Amino acid sequence: MLTSKCIKGAKDVQVSEIDFNPEFLVRIIPKLDWSAFYKAAESIGHGEGLPQTVISEFENDEDFLKKVHHILLEVEVIDGELICPESGRKFPINEGIPNMLLNEDEL
Amino acid sequence: MAKLKLKALEQYLQDVDIFESPKLLLEQYATMPHIASRMLHTIQASFNDIEGKLVADLGCGCGTLSAGAAMLGAAACVGFDIDLDALEIFRKNIVELELSNVDLVMCDVTQYLKDTRWSKRFDTVVMNPPFGTKHNRGIDMEFVRIALSMASTSVYSLHKTSTRDHVLTKAADWGVKARVLAQLRFDLPASYKFHRKQSVDVHVDFIRFWFADEHKKY
Repeated sequence: MLTSKCIKGAKDVQVSEIDFNPEFLVRIIPKLDWSAFYKAAESIGHGEGLPQTVISEFENDEDFLKKVHHILLEVEVIDGELICPESGRKFPINEGIPNMLLNEDEL
Repeated sequence: MAKLKLKALEQYLQDVDIFESPKLLLEQYATMPHIASRMLHTIQASFNDIEGKLVADLGCGCGTLSAGAAMLGAAACVGFDIDLDALEIFRKNIVELELSNVDLVMCDVTQYLKDTRWSKRFDTVVMNPPFGTKHNRGIDMEFVRIALSMASTSVYSLHKTSTRDHVLTKAADWGVKARVLAQLRFDLPASYKFHRKQSVDVHVDFIRFWFADEHKKY
C-alpha cells in the first residue's frame, strides 16, 4: 500500500471484505502513486477494469471508487515479494508483512 | 464501532497480546490498555483524528495503538516496526481481533520512512516511540520529525516528562505546535532484569503535535 515498489511473484493473495467508505477514498486517491498502484494491481492479477490513469471526476463514480476500494483495502498479498524497479532489489513479503529492512552495506 | 465507549475500548485492548520477551535495546515497553484507550479516545473525541482517517503507528510493536485506532473506526492503519518477533504477535492479534484494515511493514523507521515519498501520505500518526535511553539518545525526536513529515494533520506521541522542555523547544524550532495533553504514569511491570523493584513508575507526557498554518496541511 502506498509504495512505489512493484509487486512481483505474489504466491498467496487473500481477499477480505471491508466496509466501503467513499469519502475516505476520494481523499486518498490523489495521494496514491497511481502508476505504481496500477502496476501492483496488474502484477497480482487484480488489475482488470482499473484505468491506467486516474479518471476525471472520480469523486462521483461509484464503480471506479469501488474498484479502488477493493484493490487498495481488500486485496492483500500474504506471500510474495516486492521488487524495486530501479535497483532490482527484492523485498520479501511473509505472512502479509513486507520486510523493507536493508543490510548494513546497502545503507 | 465508531461510537465505542472508553471502557469498552479498554476492555477490547486487554485482548491484545504483548511482547513475550521484550528487547532491551529496542526499548520495548508495551503501551498498556489503560493508557492506550485513553490516548485514542482523546484523539478521536477531542480532535476527530481517527475515525475515517489513514493512521500510521511508528514503532508499533505488538500493535496496541494500531488495534485501538482500528477499533475506533480508522479507515486504515499501518504499523511500522523493525522487530519481526513483535510484528508476528501483532499479526496474530489482528487475526484474533478480526481487524481487517490494519497493515504491517517491517522496516527501520528512521531509515525507510524518512524518504520524501511518504510525505503527507497519512492523516494522523500515533506512536509510543523508543524514549532514547539506551545509547540511542534523541531517537524519540527523530521519530517525531519523521512522523510530522508523514502526517497531514497531527502526530500524537509519548515522551518522558523529564524531557518536556526539550521536546517543546524542538517543536517550536520546527515551526509546529505542540501541547501536552496529559501527564501519565507508566506503570512498567519489571519487564527487564535491571528493574530491581516489582514495578517502576515513569512519568510520561502524552503530546499532540500539529501544524500551525492550516495551509501546510497538504
